[in-house]
Amino acid sequence: MQTKPDTAPDAPAPDVPLVSVRNLKTWFEIRGGVLDRMLGRDAGTVKAVDDVTFDLARGEVLGLVGESGSGKSTLGRSLLGLVHATGGSASFEGQEVVGLDEPALRKLRSRMQMVFQDPHAALNPAMTIAQSVGHPLTIHGRLKGRDEIRAHVAKTLERVGLSPADTYMDKYPGDLSGGQKQRAVIARAIVLDPVLLVADEPVSMLDMSVRSKILKLMIDLKDQLGLTYLYITHDLASAKFFCDRIAILYLGKIVEIGEARALYAGPKHPYTEALLGAIPDPDPTRTIPRNLPRGEIPDAAKPPRGCAFHPRCPRAFAPCGWELRDLTPVLEARWAGMEEQAHLAERALIGEIPAEVMEGTTARLPAATPGGGADLLAMLERIRSEDPAEPFWTGIKEMRAEADHVAMEFHPALTPRLYAEGTTAAACHLLDPGLTHPRAAAAPVL
Amino acid sequence: MSETSANAATPADAEDPILTVRDLRVFYGTPRGAARAVDRVSLTIRPGETLGVVGESGSGKSTLGRGILRLLPEGTGVDGEVLYKGQNLVKMTPDQLRRMRGPELGLIFQEPMTRLNPLLRIQEHFEEALKQHHPELKRDELRRRALAALGRTGIPPTRYRQYPHEFSGGMRQRIMIALALVLNPTLLIADEPTTALDVIVEAQIIRLLADLKKTTGTAVMLITHNLGIVAEACDRVAVMYGGKIVEEGDARSVFADPQHPYTQALLRSTISLETTELHTIPGAPPSLINPPQGCLFSPRCGHAMKVCARKAPAEQRLEDGRRVECWLHCPGAIPAGEEAPLERQEITVADEA
Amino acid sequence: MTDSPHTPVPKPQRFPALRRIFQPVAETRGFARFMLWTGAVLTGLFILMAIFAPWLSPYAFDQYQLAGVAFPQTAPPSALHPLGTNVQSTDVLAQILWGARTELLVVALALILALAIGVPLGLIAGYFGGWFDRIMVLVMDAMFAIPSLLLALVIAFLLGSSIASGIVVAAAAITIVYVPQYFRVLRNHVTSVREESYVEAARAIGAPPSTILTKYIFFNVIQAIPVLATLNAADAILTLTGLGFLGYGVQPTQGAEWGYDVSRAVGDAASGIWWTTLFPGLAIVLLVTGLTLLGEGLNETINPVLRQRAATRVNMEDEA
Ligand SMILES: Nc1ncnc2c1ncn2[C@@H]1O[C@H](COP(=O)(O)OP(=O)(O)OP(=O)(O)O)[C@@H](O)[C@H]1O
Ligand SMILES: Nc1ncnc2c1ncn2[C@@H]1O[C@H](COP(=O)(O)OP(=O)(O)OP(=O)(O)O)[C@@H](O)[C@H]1O
Ligand code: SF4
Ligand code: SF4
Ligand SMILES: [Mg+2]
Ligand SMILES: [Mg+2]
Repeated sequence: MQTKPDTAPDAPAPDVPLVSVRNLKTWFEIRGGVLDRMLGRDAGTVKAVDDVTFDLARGEVLGLVGESGSGKSTLGRSLLGLVHATGGSASFEGQEVVGLDEPALRKLRSRMQMVFQDPHAALNPAMTIAQSVGHPLTIHGRLKGRDEIRAHVAKTLERVGLSPADTYMDKYPGDLSGGQKQRAVIARAIVLDPVLLVADEPVSMLDMSVRSKILKLMIDLKDQLGLTYLYITHDLASAKFFCDRIAILYLGKIVEIGEARALYAGPKHPYTEALLGAIPDPDPTRTIPRNLPRGEIPDAAKPPRGCAFHPRCPRAFAPCGWELRDLTPVLEARWAGMEEQAHLAERALIGEIPAEVMEGTTARLPAATPGGGADLLAMLERIRSEDPAEPFWTGIKEMRAEADHVAMEFHPALTPRLYAEGTTAAACHLLDPGLTHPRAAAAPVL
Repeated sequence: MSETSANAATPADAEDPILTVRDLRVFYGTPRGAARAVDRVSLTIRPGETLGVVGESGSGKSTLGRGILRLLPEGTGVDGEVLYKGQNLVKMTPDQLRRMRGPELGLIFQEPMTRLNPLLRIQEHFEEALKQHHPELKRDELRRRALAALGRTGIPPTRYRQYPHEFSGGMRQRIMIALALVLNPTLLIADEPTTALDVIVEAQIIRLLADLKKTTGTAVMLITHNLGIVAEACDRVAVMYGGKIVEEGDARSVFADPQHPYTQALLRSTISLETTELHTIPGAPPSLINPPQGCLFSPRCGHAMKVCARKAPAEQRLEDGRRVECWLHCPGAIPAGEEAPLERQEITVADEA
Repeated sequence: MTDSPHTPVPKPQRFPALRRIFQPVAETRGFARFMLWTGAVLTGLFILMAIFAPWLSPYAFDQYQLAGVAFPQTAPPSALHPLGTNVQSTDVLAQILWGARTELLVVALALILALAIGVPLGLIAGYFGGWFDRIMVLVMDAMFAIPSLLLALVIAFLLGSSIASGIVVAAAAITIVYVPQYFRVLRNHVTSVREESYVEAARAIGAPPSTILTKYIFFNVIQAIPVLATLNAADAILTLTGLGFLGYGVQPTQGAEWGYDVSRAVGDAASGIWWTTLFPGLAIVLLVTGLTLLGEGLNETINPVLRQRAATRVNMEDEA
């Protein structure tokens, strides 16, 4: 049985990290409709990876965890140069990867390899297993001659557990089961003796009882070949077991990073806390989590201001980046639980809430009818008084009724930086000693 | 799950089951022979109860769910009994069944987008579903019921007239649940309703389903491969292996003290936050076309005895009401000399899934 | 992973690739099987006719006399002329047999040329995208929009004065008609395959674009080609006979051509001379039908969505 690989605290710290990422940015321009395209206009930018910084030491396993769309795959692919980073730096064995041209990158890829999420899609259906696994050798001119390559492929297949290799060599991917295919994908990744393996959700498409087999194989290979892993996953449970360090991503940014054990024992960021609370666990003493963040990851093309997590954060407060459009989910949650008449009466007062990102700190919430400003303000005050715990209201400095709208003054949005404490660091204003949480302060300003 | 299951357990035990499945068999026709996807499965569901059905991929969970509603491909063989309110669904005509699906038995699938028509507004989806089963309802009443169902799943009335693509994945799944709920089914069969969703959204949906029985009294059959979800949200659990239920009982006690070797192995090989060691189950699930002789788990079971490879074990009822299909639980019935450990060849990756 | 790991492991085969290709053909059932085999037999007959025309045919295609004795004009079928003779005093059977050779030669030449041009262009445009792709798509769409016979006519007219061989002119004219089709199919297919995980995997192992195109993309996108080529062949026969009918196809001095034959015989039918139109017309219809059936049959065989599997019904009484 495999035990958790112990990271001995007294192991000599390698002075030069294998991978060193500094303020890495990978942004995608998204094209809008036909008109935008004809005018050459961009509909927006998705900051899939935004200002990410971390180091990866030789022999270490770093887990990259986050929900769908948080930019995990993009970060891994940027590191390998499979997508071109927009800015920042990522160095591998001292060599800068960002801005490197394709031929140089291709050479570098014999040192860093990737394992993919869907083993079925990651193998060329028109190639046999031996061809797929042996192709890197041909491409990099490592071995000459069919027999030499076949022999090396056979050795690699045996190493990943596909033994006897002869039974698999001439099969097509379609003839193998999911776990066997993933083993073949891993064989292809290690056939060139790389030092770094980026494993993008290597087990999430596999059946549960196969997952532990593949993870076990990856641990064995790490020990035998001295590999370093960047383990991308949305599964906090497997990351806890598998990783030395964990980075939690949310909308392209690292919100918490640090030593795995410490991070699980005492999550500092409310998002990490929420993720940990939401994992279904076969522990019979656990109950359904109740205090879940509301909603889902917002549109990456129009990310929230300040801390990107604030619209869902149960502990968000004044500086977290509140803006007028955050009112929409608050009202929707309220209306979803109301009688239709009452909801219609409230809705009749309020105009269109803008969906765009707010500029500056002042905003106007239009009333539905001319001169309805005062009624609208009264309604907002009533909503606030009925649920004063709603974090949205902490973001508002002042609300004033004007003729046709309510003028709102918001607290300025502050983007949290990473605050380190112990062996982990989290990007949350709660950790900033200079900011006080209003729950501790006086009642909301009316 | 403490409080939810505790207060549901009392009335559940008292009432008669709303659904009784007896010796259900569902065999698919394949060019290589019949695939015994569900093979003599029996179970009961009581009002307001949540039954979790777990098992590895291919163990027949979806087939069981679809078999109950007879939503099966042409040519599939079905027999046994599915008793719902005294009627045997297996013997019903397709037309009678169609009238049952919806107002009596609801179904939620894994991928909501394939079930929602992209060209129809949410409103039209609800109107269509309601009109089909309640043609007498007026527009106002349709709207009221639809909004109430949507509200229960957290979808605000402001979005009633939007199209499916304007919603996120989690919201679409909520809409699917609301669509099933609007007809007030007595039993809701949810087949992997959260598999495509992120953890937090998954937890939101599971919370919603778990709350259903409190708010509406709907019984739920929750099909999933995620043991954690069952442990948290279900009152009872049925563990499937190779088309059979190998263990069935109170969810908490099954997870706390699994009795079938497969359940034990499955729980042990599942990676959870408490995992400190990796355990695996050697080999692969059995072929459904040429199943192994005797106990289906015998080629992989660490406790296998000689008898296991020869004769299938009979179902045993344990003191806590649990059902287990394993020779270990009826040692008295094992023929003399057949308790000896089974000798086997080593299992390699070649037999692996 | 519902694909069962319990499929009986096939013994090592000598030609795994070949078996993979022909496996679906052996597995087809029902209507698809009927179409496939009827089409194959019809097409095969015409191919045999084309290959063995010199031996099968009683006369040369432009022969109008035998040992100094001229053939009669528009003679009804007889022992000497089993299908009669036509207005030009040539033997109708000879025209049919030699015509099969012309039709298939021109169409094969045209399709090979069209593939040779359309496939690489589609691959490159689809994989690299960018301005080249945009321009190519625009040009090809414009060509696609022109009615095919009109386009072929224009090309035949333009080339006819400079190239002597009528076969080459006709083939070139038809090539131009079908290049856009191959381009479009290939390009669209490549743009979707390009996003597949295994193509990214190929980049990740350091494969240069040329290797990716030939080893990873090419074999996965050409599966659509046999079907399209067969269906196009049927269509091309019609275009070629259309050209011949209008007098812009293969000239009568260079080869027998059914379309031309029909055009010369249109007046005959009114005067009761049925054999000069019926037999070339029937040849056209049969060959086009054969190719279409073959193409549709292949389509249903190769395309798993359309594939009609044996509907195996399970009888629960038989199951213990
Ligand atoms: N080639 C691309 N062009 C435009 N946007 C992209 C591209 N690739 C990724 N994105 C966007 O970048 C964001 C991050 O995507 P990414 O695939 O890295 O997420 P992920 O964390 O790997 O998610 P998942 O768990 O679903 O794999 C998403 O909003 C995605 O839509
Ligand atoms: N239409 C079909 N024809 C033939 N065999 C089928 C068909 N549908 C499913 N099967 C087979 O029946 C078995 C049970 O399938 P089923 O979908 O019920 O499993 P499951 O437990 O729901 O698995 P998963 O977790 O992958 O959804 C599988 O082995 C599958 O290959
Ligand atoms: S900064 Fe911290 S408290 Fe504020 S929204 Fe973000 S996570 Fe919540
Ligand atoms: S019956 Fe035998 S083989 Fe089957 S689970 Fe029990 S001990 Fe194992
Ligand atoms: Mg990803
Ligand atoms: Mg299923």
